[in-house]
Amino acid sequence: MIGQSAKMAVKAVWGNKLRSFLTMLGIIIGVFALVVLVSLVNGATDYVTDTISSLGGSYLSVSISDDKGDPLTLDDINALMDEEEIGLTAPLASLSVTGKAGYENGTVYVYGTTPAYQGINNLEIEYGSFLRQTDVENNNYVVVINQTMADELFGTNDCLGESLTLNGTKFTVIGILADDDNSMTSTLTSGMMVAYVPYTTARRMSSSISSSISSFYITSGDSATADEANDRLTEILLARFNQDEDAFTISDNSMIEEAMGSVTNMLETLLGGIAAISLIVGGIGIMNIMLVSVTERTKEIGIRKAIGAGRGVILTQFLIEALIISLIGCALGLALSWVTLKIVSALMDAVTFSITPTIASLSVAFCLAIGLLFGLYPANKAANKPPIEALRYEG
Amino acid sequence: MIVLKDICKTYEVGGETVRALDNANMHIYQGEFVGIIGPSGSGKSTLMNIVGCLDLPTSGQYILDGQPIENYSEKELTHVRNKKIGFIFQSFNLIPKLTAEENVELPLIYQRVPRHERQERVEAALNRVGLWQRRQHRPTELSGGQQQRVAIARALVTQPSLFLADEPTGNLDSKTSDEITDIFHELHSQGNTIVLITHDNDVAAQAARRIRIRDGHVTEVEE
Repeated sequence: MIGQSAKMAVKAVWGNKLRSFLTMLGIIIGVFALVVLVSLVNGATDYVTDTISSLGGSYLSVSISDDKGDPLTLDDINALMDEEEIGLTAPLASLSVTGKAGYENGTVYVYGTTPAYQGINNLEIEYGSFLRQTDVENNNYVVVINQTMADELFGTNDCLGESLTLNGTKFTVIGILADDDNSMTSTLTSGMMVAYVPYTTARRMSSSISSSISSFYITSGDSATADEANDRLTEILLARFNQDEDAFTISDNSMIEEAMGSVTNMLETLLGGIAAISLIVGGIGIMNIMLVSVTERTKEIGIRKAIGAGRGVILTQFLIEALIISLIGCALGLALSWVTLKIVSALMDAVTFSITPTIASLSVAFCLAIGLLFGLYPANKAANKPPIEALRYEG
Repeated sequence: MIVLKDICKTYEVGGETVRALDNANMHIYQGEFVGIIGPSGSGKSTLMNIVGCLDLPTSGQYILDGQPIENYSEKELTHVRNKKIGFIFQSFNLIPKLTAEENVELPLIYQRVPRHERQERVEAALNRVGLWQRRQHRPTELSGGQQQRVAIARALVTQPSLFLADEPTGNLDSKTSDEITDIFHELHSQGNTIVLITHDNDVAAQAARRIRIRDGHVTEVEE
């Protein structure tokens, strides 16, 4: 029976091609707006998130607050690199000192670390090299400085091999960092004088830095996610610190991503909501045309009822008609969105936009609901027409 | 077969009560060919609507095939119409979008007859009115007489207890009218019950028995 009703409904839709298409247009535009807007926001979000994480951000920072009398040493930190889930590890101790070269001087932020830190923070070197393992092992008085520091103390970027003093101790410059707009560290410290020295050397510069490491960075291994690295590290540290969860904190830089996420989520909901309104307008279009159709076909409904069509049959027929219009409209809208997003993606090579299964199924569900909701009233009206009045109708 | 007992039907028109049928009594027996004659406004159409189960009487009793149907619900009435009554209207009332074949098939679809059986019965019905060759035509592509024959095929395909014809020749010229009346005679001779409603005495003269309706009153016409 439903098959027959569907057949009649298809006939009715097909019999009024132009009108059906114009009615569908409301739905097509609604779905198109919904899918394209949401997909654009999604694509842009992915792009921005990727950019943020490529700013050398995907590391975890660890700080130890209670070492239970068994502090982590440099060797312990290096040993962590043997774990499959963990990529690079590097301690970081910071202090602020007075730097001097010739007659120039100023405040310098000194970081004591190991060679791995370069990889963790994606630091790029303009001249020379970053700290080497031998520098750490031999407590060498070598320093890697940033561009700002090179400019202020030496008046030139090319100061490789020059000497400077930090709190009166003499250091040799072995590397100059590049100014890199894509590096978060570089961006955050621009305008400040920053110097990297071997961790072991830094220990000698300040009593506040000891051989027990209270702060370090790790990245995840090649085939592991940040979460897996986090889990593994938590496991190791818990084992070391008597299962005390309060002894250490592991934090990642996902805060920026989270903030970004909440902004784009809001944007997505907002635009999606506006698009949904246009879908509802499309639904009202369906209801309108279905009401016209019911009036036009009053006589037909009367005939059908006279020869034995029950309420249910008439209701089903008109409801299916509304659903056909909304679902075909939905399919066309999705197709149009797909083509549009392909074109936009091709034009902007950095960003890829695609229809997610979520938004596709959401729009199908929405169209189904709209077809039912706005089809029900006209269908019910048709089904309730008394047969004698319907037969008498001369349209 | 058909028993109408004290049937009254009143309408409210502009605050006034119009009595379309006033204590109408009528008996029609199995296999009869009855003509109901009446001028327009006589209550003829109201009678036809009630006999055809398209409408319910305000009061009185209506028994069709031994079943009192005056208290039937809309759903039950639909069922009775579908199974027991074959309608033939003045204006044919075919569905314009459907072909002759599909129009005839429609009541069987509503009866949920299986497809195979439907095809056989549609073919038989269209053959009977001589229009099987034109089964693919739409109503607009057929002449008035042909359209009415399709309508008759649609009525007889369900093998109804009663053929109810409302001015079946009203829109046709005299030659095609005769063709249509011939079909009624044939149906009658095969044992079908036919009720023919008309304002035309000549058409009614075809029927074996005539009933006159005037101002809502039903009277037998004496030969």
